[in-house]
Amino acid sequence: MADKNAASCATCASPKKKGPCGGKGMLTLKDGVWGINPLAIQVLGICSALAVTNRVETSLVMGAALIFVTVGSNLLVSLLRNYTPHRIRMIAEVAIIATFVILFDQFLKAFYWDLSKQLGPYVGLIITNCIVMGRAEAFALQNPPILSMVDGLANGLGYAAILAIIGFWRELLGTGKVFGLTVLSDHWYAPNQLMVLAPGAFFMLGAVIALFNAIRGPQEEEDKK
Amino acid sequence: MNVGAEIQQAFVVCISAVFTQNILLAYFLGLCPFIGVSREIKTAFGLGLAVIFVLTATVMLNWLAYRYVLEPLGLEFFRFILFIIIIAAFVQFTEMAIERFSPFLYQKLGVFLPLITVNCAILGASLFMVIRNYSFIVTIGWGLGSGTGWFLAIMAMAGIRQRLAHERIPRGLQGPGITLIIAGLMALAFIGFTGVLQGR
Repeated sequence: MADKNAASCATCASPKKKGPCGGKGMLTLKDGVWGINPLAIQVLGICSALAVTNRVETSLVMGAALIFVTVGSNLLVSLLRNYTPHRIRMIAEVAIIATFVILFDQFLKAFYWDLSKQLGPYVGLIITNCIVMGRAEAFALQNPPILSMVDGLANGLGYAAILAIIGFWRELLGTGKVFGLTVLSDHWYAPNQLMVLAPGAFFMLGAVIALFNAIRGPQEEEDKK
Repeated sequence: MNVGAEIQQAFVVCISAVFTQNILLAYFLGLCPFIGVSREIKTAFGLGLAVIFVLTATVMLNWLAYRYVLEPLGLEFFRFILFIIIIAAFVQFTEMAIERFSPFLYQKLGVFLPLITVNCAILGASLFMVIRNYSFIVTIGWGLGSGTGWFLAIMAMAGIRQRLAHERIPRGLQGPGITLIIAGLMALAFIGFTGVLQGR
């Protein structure tokens, strides 16, 4: 938890400010996807974001997994928020999140064995993904269930969108393909293997974050004024 | 497999976890603290040491729990929640023990211990251990190697960032952006180790 704070406080004072006052669904939705995008602005949960993005397909599945887990856990945490003793809320949150992660993992294993194999431990690692825990702690604990679900959906979508962007470019530049279909013909394009390997992931996310900050930069200063 | 061969395999796994398959730079585990807490060498050192210790110990504990509790009961899917509980409990106990027996060490490491529960490198290492079916001895090598690899990476990053503190960086890139790009360059350098070990 403290980890999440350390990482997020510097970059975003906004969720705490906007969280309670944005009592409307649309505002929450917009915030999650753009204003406080968990990956690009708050830089949370990057571990899994980088590992699974060497192909579009796995990126999308991971995005779907995170949407499912944030929506589910936000709903449940919010429903139980008045019954959970404050002191044990962390462990309760972890248990709820882990339950949803196990559900998704079992689902993948049952119906999409290949994908489950490719994602490896990273589905399980959603448990320690700071986004899920962060939303449960910062939003679901103070807000009614439906709004919490919207918030979970928004943050999940924001995460999934960035994942899809990174996955798209890495697969395209790394193999010349998208969804396994050749787009850049190898007659004139030599696939840059580096993009599929670890360094490519770091470069790509760094670039996406830089882009987001560059676009968003002036707006943040307005907020401060 | 006899013990000698296992120890040898453990050694190979350990070395490869430090260099060629670095848990941070090749598997992206433990990135959040890597980016958040790598501004100073001193804090990076403390956190790195704590990770080595906790990672090695919890991987061993989780191996025992998985082999002797979950597998006989057929509850393998339950491992996510059991592992995270074991890790959280272990960190808590370690903190209490250190505080009681070594105030000096507590001063050095105390702040970092709670941070570690949510470090995905710890849980990730345990999950990899299950997926790859390591034996107990190999698991020790794996834990030690991954922890050391993480330590090495965060120390290197802290060193670079301390130098970078007074440089002028384009605005969008400041903070996480430039850190990730440096991490990419480091990962590139670590790929250079690949030739050291043939076949993992």
